[in-house]
Amino acid sequence: MKDAPAHLLLDGVQKRFGAVVALDGVGLRAAEGSRTAIVGPSGSGKTTLLRVVAGFEAPDAGRIMLGDRVMAEGGTSVPAYRRGIGVVAQDGALFPHLDVRDNIGFGLPRDTPGREARVAALMRMVELDLAMLHRRPDELSGGQQQRVALARALARQPRLMLLDEPFSALDTGLRASTRHAVAEVLRRAGITTVLVTHDQAEALSFADQVAVLRNGRLEQAGTPQEVYFRPVSRAVAEFLGDAVVLPATVAGGVAECALGRVAVARDAPSGAATIMLRPEQIGLEPDTSGLGEVGASEFAGAACTYVVRLLGAAGAVLTIRQPGTLALQVGMRVRLVVSGTAHMLGDGAL
Amino acid sequence: MRATALLVSLASLVPLGFVAAVTIQTGWATASALIWRPRVGELMLNTVLLVGCTVPLSAALAVALAWLTERTDLPGRRVWAWLAVAPLAIPAFVHSYGWISVAPGLHGLPAGVLISVAAYAGFLYLPVAAALRRLDPELEYAAASLGLPPGRVFLRVVLPQLRLAICGGSLLVGLHLLAEYGLFGMVRFDTFTTAIVDQFQSSYNGPAANMLAVVLVACCMALLAFEASARGGARYARLGAGAPRAPALARLGRARIAWLALPVLFSAISVGVPLLTLARWLVRGGAGVWRWGEIGAALGQTLLLAGVGAVLTTLASVAMAWLSVRAPGRLQRLLEAENYLAGSLPGVVVALALVTVTVHAAPIYQTAVTILAAYVLLFLPRAMLSLRASIAQAPVELEQAAAALGRSPGRALWATTMRLAAPGAASGMALVALGITNELTATMMLAPNGTQTLATMFWSYSSEIDYAAAAPYALIMVLSALPLTWLLHAQSRRVAGR
Repeated sequence: MKDAPAHLLLDGVQKRFGAVVALDGVGLRAAEGSRTAIVGPSGSGKTTLLRVVAGFEAPDAGRIMLGDRVMAEGGTSVPAYRRGIGVVAQDGALFPHLDVRDNIGFGLPRDTPGREARVAALMRMVELDLAMLHRRPDELSGGQQQRVALARALARQPRLMLLDEPFSALDTGLRASTRHAVAEVLRRAGITTVLVTHDQAEALSFADQVAVLRNGRLEQAGTPQEVYFRPVSRAVAEFLGDAVVLPATVAGGVAECALGRVAVARDAPSGAATIMLRPEQIGLEPDTSGLGEVGASEFAGAACTYVVRLLGAAGAVLTIRQPGTLALQVGMRVRLVVSGTAHMLGDGAL
Repeated sequence: MRATALLVSLASLVPLGFVAAVTIQTGWATASALIWRPRVGELMLNTVLLVGCTVPLSAALAVALAWLTERTDLPGRRVWAWLAVAPLAIPAFVHSYGWISVAPGLHGLPAGVLISVAAYAGFLYLPVAAALRRLDPELEYAAASLGLPPGRVFLRVVLPQLRLAICGGSLLVGLHLLAEYGLFGMVRFDTFTTAIVDQFQSSYNGPAANMLAVVLVACCMALLAFEASARGGARYARLGAGAPRAPALARLGRARIAWLALPVLFSAISVGVPLLTLARWLVRGGAGVWRWGEIGAALGQTLLLAGVGAVLTTLASVAMAWLSVRAPGRLQRLLEAENYLAGSLPGVVVALALVTVTVHAAPIYQTAVTILAAYVLLFLPRAMLSLRASIAQAPVELEQAAAALGRSPGRALWATTMRLAAPGAASGMALVALGITNELTATMMLAPNGTQTLATMFWSYSSEIDYAAAAPYALIMVLSALPLTWLLHAQSRRVAGR
């Protein structure tokens, strides 16, 4: 079952709850063994999308394919228990009446040969101490609960793994390490994975495809670099991180704006445009004839955050982090040095 | 506080002490001769069959009803939920009354089981429905994603989590079965309780009745032990934070009409039959059965006993409730466990104990003091539960603030915690008053000559097969219990957060 070329395909998936349209014609594809992150602000429909793929909800319209099997089409839907899709929920959803062993073995029929050994192998796979075999879920830490939930879902060798904000209940340090561990386990198992999260940093670092969902629509899907540096809209740009968005006049691959002359793509059409830069693309250098003036600074050891007023554009202000070694005084004139190219946003982005 | 709690607990030990004392006093030879005889074996068989049939049937029925009303799109499920609890408003012996006038030939075990299920299944429905509402639906989704079809999800995930609710409810039903007199007396089904009352009425407190009480207490203890082992050490805490997603309702589809038969049938048996019988006798009796002088007297005495009993019981429970919230410790846990044991003793045992004590020790036999003492012992746990819950919600800081403002500890307690706990005390009092209104066994055995409550008047008329004259008393008891049953229903929904 695992050898079949499985990939996930969503086409025009719609779901409404009463008058609320939760999913409005979502289309998405994920290659076999890839990791896709679905991000979006709360209420964007990302959890609904995941529940529709898992089979917990039936879509009103559209098609969902897993490999060559139709999961849902035109209002009919394969029930969750026949899909062979693993799910790890936000809080793990471990069965409180069963211990760790029985939780992990839950999906394996009782007469499975080598069931005990399989449970032990799964525990090693998710790096859980075998001493925890007979613990109850309420005796585990949050990170351990998530590992048990992952092992439980892996036990059935699913063709697709869905992760519903599985790290959001963990504290910051544990979060990163659990995320790395989970990503590594899934990569080694070669399981196609879809992660739902509202944390853009998590999405960018976890996935090889990031899909941005807003108001039930898929705004953009692409590699993390693509969606981060070349967002289709200002909303996508600002959801994925801080963005500097400025009006500019483009001619011959160069944009004239409040920062001075900034490179854009060579084939960019000439004329008035809106450009977007990430603040980390901008460096500061003391320069008495520079276009910026330091308005305020906040020193935080390794880094120092400066608020820079752009003299060329009334009221325009940038917030830029620089190494803490760069000591600029308030009131100093600075030059703004842009590395890489600026991205041109579509019409009406401002 | 500590001393008061200790005193109350010692008093509540009287029935258990009585059982121990009579066993010793009777001597082993006489005791074993009285215990190991065919009559006791017969009663034991009856009791085992009664509990063994009624409890599983009620549990299955309660789970099915709770699932239908909480988790499916059954038409009118709100109404059926209320109707599943409504039978609790009808005293058990009024259920019997309803059935024997419909089917006079009904008697023995089948009658006992049928009427017990009708009268007591609500005690199981309430906790099971509340547990179903609290259940995290994510667990069911997780099980589905692990390849379990819906029926198996119910068996492997939902049902195990209802275990605590089913155990607790079953225990309550079992204890009622052991303690009930009127229900079984009317359909001529002999249990230990009916046998003891019969013995008592023919020969007061002879050793034969006392030994039956010893066996009855042993049955109660066995039931408590069985429940404790069935409940196990499991904790079923919901993991994870935040409010759970509302569960999706199962679609019954075309089968909904077939499923509808279950609540319809249950309501017909448990509400329809008793109320229709009651209505029939009221109509047939006409204005003649409303003997206002007699009814007024019974109502007055009932209200007096219920009111005084409720106040006394609540006062007796204050110290224990306060201790268990503010100063939990080993002594308090011990006292609480002991109160729990004492509270699960049948009324007939409490009554026998008080008869023995008052006849020998104090000249208060057949005075109002004895019957009130019996009420306090019987209904202490009810008062404690509601009082404890509301004391737990009153922050101790208020008591300390009052003390810092110059109130003595006692007055600080009275000015803060007790004021805030007043609603809990009131609902506890209401529950106790309701219990006293419908209490039959202890009242019959202990009340002073000439005292007639609604329950005893009802009982004496229906014993004389004057069903029409008994009807007004039944009606008043049902009407007085209705608001409280509604409260119970609403409370269980609120606890579950919906």
